[in-house]
Amino acid sequence: MTQPIIRLSGLDKFYGDFQALSQINLDIKTGEFFSLLGPSGCGKTTLLRSIAGFETSSAGSLHIDGQSMDGVPANKRPTNMVFQSYAIFPHMSVAENVAYGLKARKLPKVEIKARVAEAIDMVGLQGFDERASHALSGGQRQRVALARALVLKPRVLLLDEPLSALDKKLREQMQSELRRLQRAVGITFVLVTHDQEEALTMSDRIAVMFDGKIEQVASPQILYGKPSTRKVAAFIGMMNFLDAKIMTTSGDNVEVEVQSLGKLTLPLKQATGGLDGCNSVGVRPEMLTILMGSQTSEREIEAEVTEVSYYGDMTYYDVKLPAKEDPITVSMRNTAGRKVLEVGAKARVGWSTSSLLLLK
Amino acid sequence: MLSFQKWRRSESAQGLFLISPTLGFALLLLAVPLIMVAALSFWTQDYLTLDRTFTTANYVTAWTEPMYQYLMARSLKISIFVTAATVFLAYPVAYFISFHVAPKRKAMWIFLITIPFWTSYLMRIFLWKVILGYNGVINGSLTGLGIIDEPLSFILYNQNAVVLTLAHAWVPFAILPIFVALERVDRSLIEAAEDLGDSGLRRFLRVTLPLSMPGVIAATIIVFIPTIGDYVTPRLVGGPNGLMISNMIELQFKKANNAPLGAALAISAMGIVTFFALAFLWLNRRYVRGPS
Repeated sequence: MTQPIIRLSGLDKFYGDFQALSQINLDIKTGEFFSLLGPSGCGKTTLLRSIAGFETSSAGSLHIDGQSMDGVPANKRPTNMVFQSYAIFPHMSVAENVAYGLKARKLPKVEIKARVAEAIDMVGLQGFDERASHALSGGQRQRVALARALVLKPRVLLLDEPLSALDKKLREQMQSELRRLQRAVGITFVLVTHDQEEALTMSDRIAVMFDGKIEQVASPQILYGKPSTRKVAAFIGMMNFLDAKIMTTSGDNVEVEVQSLGKLTLPLKQATGGLDGCNSVGVRPEMLTILMGSQTSEREIEAEVTEVSYYGDMTYYDVKLPAKEDPITVSMRNTAGRKVLEVGAKARVGWSTSSLLLLK
Repeated sequence: MLSFQKWRRSESAQGLFLISPTLGFALLLLAVPLIMVAALSFWTQDYLTLDRTFTTANYVTAWTEPMYQYLMARSLKISIFVTAATVFLAYPVAYFISFHVAPKRKAMWIFLITIPFWTSYLMRIFLWKVILGYNGVINGSLTGLGIIDEPLSFILYNQNAVVLTLAHAWVPFAILPIFVALERVDRSLIEAAEDLGDSGLRRFLRVTLPLSMPGVIAATIIVFIPTIGDYVTPRLVGGPNGLMISNMIELQFKKANNAPLGAALAISAMGIVTFFALAFLWLNRRYVRGPS
């Protein structure tokens, strides 16, 4: 087991009476692409700024590369940051911006020149060296910010919602480019985002945060497939919830009474966050099927279609189950020959016990 | 008739109506007197009447007579000293208010800075006379403490006193534009500079100061232009060696009974001020390279 590049233990942060971070324990591995994901105000940016050295924690410790960062100011830390606003110096050209940190380190001119050229190349801004920073587009500013930070070869690159200011198309392009860049330079990236899709597509591991606490740390697949709490399940992707009551446990199985679905026996490992306090069952829309004609499924239930949203490749149905007030969502791929149902139609919804998660 | 009504409803006409009181006021009290002074400078005083034949003789006198050259140079020198002192004193105050005062208290601090204006400028000059005078506060305390035997004479009725009094009067005008410029400096830029490895002083020199230069230049213009033509301060605390060009202009208009020469001096002084103002504006353009 190699040493984690960043180790946070028992980190607390108060602003007056407001607790922005509470008991943050987190290890970030060397060379991974790590994301802090959560709704706005959950403390993810505060956590990133604590790592950068712009916030001092109220309690707990932070180690980077095995060294305590207690009392180490931001300008002495082996981290560099890409700011949400990019913070490109308006009175400097692209090359001067990229050279800023190298000049601060008082490196020889020849080396500065070579490294600036290399960094500008790396982010694909060749020929823009002398461009004034106000004459750059959003995507170009983002690249300058990246080059300016990466040229210093930091141990950790911190990114504060770097893609939120870009339009959808550019954002998707930058997502894959960031990923490529991270693999190429091998530097640990810590990304703050409120966009779950962005976190899922880019990260090796994700920490989901709510109200200053880390709710779950896991890989994208585990986070989506086996969320440990109802909160995480609801935040990442779409999830249908049904009330559930635990009756008895026997061996590796648990017997539950689920709303609309009745009494079921589920394997204990489907209670992904532990059995204590579980009161609902979650199921992803794509785990359910609308059965057509003679199709069968492990289990099925009669339902009525209350809403149809057609997306071209997919159709999302809201269906009402007996004994449940709110409809649940079923997503179907529009494969050849599949008919799109209309509102009010009766439908048979197929499901299986293995796709149910017991959540608290 | 129809086209006039159409014009009346156009946007430019409405704008013109809107500013017409101010425009009239400015024309009557600013442009007309200025034109009169300019015209006067090309005439000749003939005891009690004016000889209205065109001549540039007044300008030749104004630019070649050593006394006028000397007074103009002294006015420039005093004004440069006042401007430098004012901006150097104002910057730290503006910086403090912008960076170290809680946002909700900033308005109060700016308000407090205006307190000296609650007393008239004349009163403040007389106060400086009381402080700096032969039997004034400073000399009184120093002799009383036995530090000096003779009262200091170099602190009043000379150029130092003029610089001191003017700088005190103009500091608030310099604080405001510098404060506004500092407020506009994006704080994340300073954080970025720190993140990239700069210490506090280097962050200031490489980011904060260059980005606040438009405010510094505005403050320089605001202080420099009025002080070069200041009349009342040198008159009251300047003594014989602290007189400036405006005192000479007054002398020409009144006691010397040579209004055309006074007018030529006034127009020449304006020309010099314009030159400096344009130079500052050019400097400002260098710092404001575009929208940021």
